[in-house]
Amino acid sequence: MSAHGHTAELTHEHAVGTTKLFATVWVWLLLLTIVEVFLAYLRLEVHLMITILVGLSLIKAALIISYFMHMRFERLGLFLLLIPAMVFCICMMLIMFFPDSIRLTHLRPH
Amino acid sequence: MSDTEFEGIVESRWSGGASPFAINSKKLGMWLFIVSDSLTFSALLISYAYVRLETPDWPRPFEIWPAIAKSSLMTFVLLSSSLTMVLGVNAAFNGDRKKTVRYLIATIICGIAFVAIHATEWVTLLGEGVTPWSNPFNPAAPLFGGTFFGLTGLHMLHVTIGVVYLAIIAWGFGKDKYTAEHVEVSGLYWHFVDLVWMFIFPMVYLLSVNPK
Repeated sequence: MSAHGHTAELTHEHAVGTTKLFATVWVWLLLLTIVEVFLAYLRLEVHLMITILVGLSLIKAALIISYFMHMRFERLGLFLLLIPAMVFCICMMLIMFFPDSIRLTHLRPH
Repeated sequence: MSDTEFEGIVESRWSGGASPFAINSKKLGMWLFIVSDSLTFSALLISYAYVRLETPDWPRPFEIWPAIAKSSLMTFVLLSSSLTMVLGVNAAFNGDRKKTVRYLIATIICGIAFVAIHATEWVTLLGEGVTPWSNPFNPAAPLFGGTFFGLTGLHMLHVTIGVVYLAIIAWGFGKDKYTAEHVEVSGLYWHFVDLVWMFIFPMVYLLSVNPK
């Protein structure tokens, strides 16, 4: 087998997903956005609000990554290479950042 | 295991041409860039969230019109551009060059519309006296302007670069210079820009809606 044929066999060079599937994902993303805008007017306590909004945004991000960015149609290996490392780094940022910064606010004279 | 057999395995694994993730190197490169860029945006968003939550009386200046209506429209435009982009990638893999270029142009128009609406939004805020170091709503929260212009400005820069990138890809793909993979890789970048806005829109705009 030639080197070129080998590569072509391993990488899928064809369209994945249908127009209907992508349109459905798009509608879901719009619906979640409408829910977010609606929530913004509910006068919730700000910590609760940011938690809900970031939670909904994470769902939207997952939809975009899995369907628009084709992650669902890739090998599991690629997902394992990229996403856990990213989530780990973001969690480390939160862990490193917040205790110190919250301590700072308690040092602030009131 | 005989020596020749062993050499055979070593050669097949290390002689190149193997593709452990079954994707081309361009796509892996773009994915790695996206992961690193997502960390840049997470760092900014995390520090913004901290400042937002820990500052008493953070300004809430965004009225339904113009700020929330405009930013919701911008979200709609960017989401729609992602849809046309993904359909363009599909058309590219199906070998339909004309259709691909048309979808890419639709994506570019949406991108330009996004930047244009955002620019009017910036002009409104600047007209109200918001600068990166001060704001008229609460002088004790000077970081309102800094975080707003920092986050949306970096995102707008990404959208602008994306528009130029897509224009180059559309031009080259129409001229048969680029393959469907080029279109797919540019699509990954564009969807990432969309994804980042899905965090900036609720955190910057929706958390500072005027409660009245």
